[in-house]
Amino acid sequence: MALLPEEVRRIALLARFELKEEEIAPFTDKLSTILDMVEQMSNVDTSHVSPLSHPLDIHQRLREDVVTVFNSRELFQSIAPDVLAGLYLVPQVIE
Amino acid sequence: MHTKTIAELVIELREKKISSQELVQHYLNRIKKYEPQLNAFVTVLQEDVLNEEAKKADELRAQGHAKLLTGIPIAQKDLFCTKGVRSSCGSKMLDNFIAPYDATVVRQCQDAGMILMGKTNMDEFAMGSSNETSFYGAAFNPWDLERVPGGSSGGSAAAVAGRLVPVATGTDTGGSIRQPAAFTGVTGLKPTYGSVSRYGLIAFASSLDQGGPMTLSAEDAAIMMNVMSGFDPLDSTSVEREYGDFTQHLNRSLSGLKIGIPEEYFGPGLDPAVGAVVQEAIKEYEKMGAKIRSVHLPNNALALPAYYVIAPAECSSNLARFDGVRYGYRCENPKDLMDMYCRSRAEGFGAEVKRRVMIGTYVLSSGHYEALYNKAQCVRRLVQNDFNTAFEEVDIILGPTTPNVAFKKGEKVNDPVSMYLSDVYTVGVNLAGLPGLSIPAGFAHGLPVGMQLVGNYFSEDRLLNVGHQYQQVTDWHKRMPAHV
Repeated sequence: MALLPEEVRRIALLARFELKEEEIAPFTDKLSTILDMVEQMSNVDTSHVSPLSHPLDIHQRLREDVVTVFNSRELFQSIAPDVLAGLYLVPQVIE
Repeated sequence: MHTKTIAELVIELREKKISSQELVQHYLNRIKKYEPQLNAFVTVLQEDVLNEEAKKADELRAQGHAKLLTGIPIAQKDLFCTKGVRSSCGSKMLDNFIAPYDATVVRQCQDAGMILMGKTNMDEFAMGSSNETSFYGAAFNPWDLERVPGGSSGGSAAAVAGRLVPVATGTDTGGSIRQPAAFTGVTGLKPTYGSVSRYGLIAFASSLDQGGPMTLSAEDAAIMMNVMSGFDPLDSTSVEREYGDFTQHLNRSLSGLKIGIPEEYFGPGLDPAVGAVVQEAIKEYEKMGAKIRSVHLPNNALALPAYYVIAPAECSSNLARFDGVRYGYRCENPKDLMDMYCRSRAEGFGAEVKRRVMIGTYVLSSGHYEALYNKAQCVRRLVQNDFNTAFEEVDIILGPTTPNVAFKKGEKVNDPVSMYLSDVYTVGVNLAGLPGLSIPAGFAHGLPVGMQLVGNYFSEDRLLNVGHQYQQVTDWHKRMPAHV
């Protein structure tokens, strides 16, 4: 399943990766090789098979509605790239 | 000291033949001596911190408060969060990440009295089968320093095989415990999905990831499972059940045990020398009274293609959190928010991680979801059905862990699909969520060969019993690399 360079650019944008122009060709080539391998599945008839998303088919567990986690903002922000007055700083979004 | 298993070290400590301080210092000396060749660690804890921990362990023992594993050294794969200690996941993205909390497994090991020696090298975000995708450079195979130790838990495998620690943890998403265990001649267990907590494991593919022990014997793996397994309310996929004592049935006789040999594991692609070693092991089991019969896993060839849709899909979602905002790497001077996301992720992740995130993004994108993602989930059901059918007839499935012995560094790193093929016998087990054990079964081309034993859900005690009995009549697991 050969990808086109435009498709690789689009996937990179969706995945939020900046790709340099010279990276497009090698990524196109290797991703196409991986998708070729994946293609082997297409010959199998799975029309009567239901998808398996969890190996043990268990259901989401519920818990008591009680407080179990306490605020650790200072600890978490101690490893943040940029904070001010308890807020995470990012480049300006709104003019 | 370093040739001993945990089971043996526990006795030496109890009988006061050695102290924990001596033990920790001995392993620390070995790390200092061999780490420059092996690159098995990303982080080794400070000597004074380790000495202090060992001293405390000895004091507890003197006061009669020691637990079974008090004072036993352990290394954690750098994918487990360790409070106050860098948890890099082998990535530049998390090179500066000091975890603010402990993974449940790390806490369980601490509660058991074990001493954290360091964090082991790994393929970046556990994506790789050779350790070569690590931001910190590849770890090396102690059996042949030109060869890879396997991956992604390659640093843990190299550390245990090199006797730099008596035990290390690993994680296994498609073979990442069993394949490196096979390549380095150690014992590695990938438990049933849901039996070891994933809380505090940096997620790769959440429906497949499972932590487990890498040790010098099946008995040690059983001892470690007593520490690591158990229900954890902090992990939403943890299975609530009674886990019992994994060492309880180690000495059970194998007479009448039904072992299934899947023909699909012995087809083209398997190095005949590796196959011959496994055939010898099968004969050994026959001598112990096991009944050998052929079984079929007809969809095994589809496991790898399905895996390379499902695992990338889950990783593209899990790794979306690395955006340069709250922790981890942020690029210099971003001009706007989009630039910050795109450059932080482009500069923070290596090529293999990017490939997998992009494959995952593609298979989940509009127009491909049905044909690829949904299809892969259906194939996953077929793979599981194969195992279920086989386990109606046999107790254990046995085959080679990998088609080949450890390959040379650089040999496959530029050919992703050829790298992926080294997991061809292991990924199906993850898709089905079953437990798999790799134990040393001999040598081919002078390098270790691993044999994989697969059991039914939550049958780890039986699996470890089958591994342990083999290790009572063979000594492959005791062989040590000449370099160390």
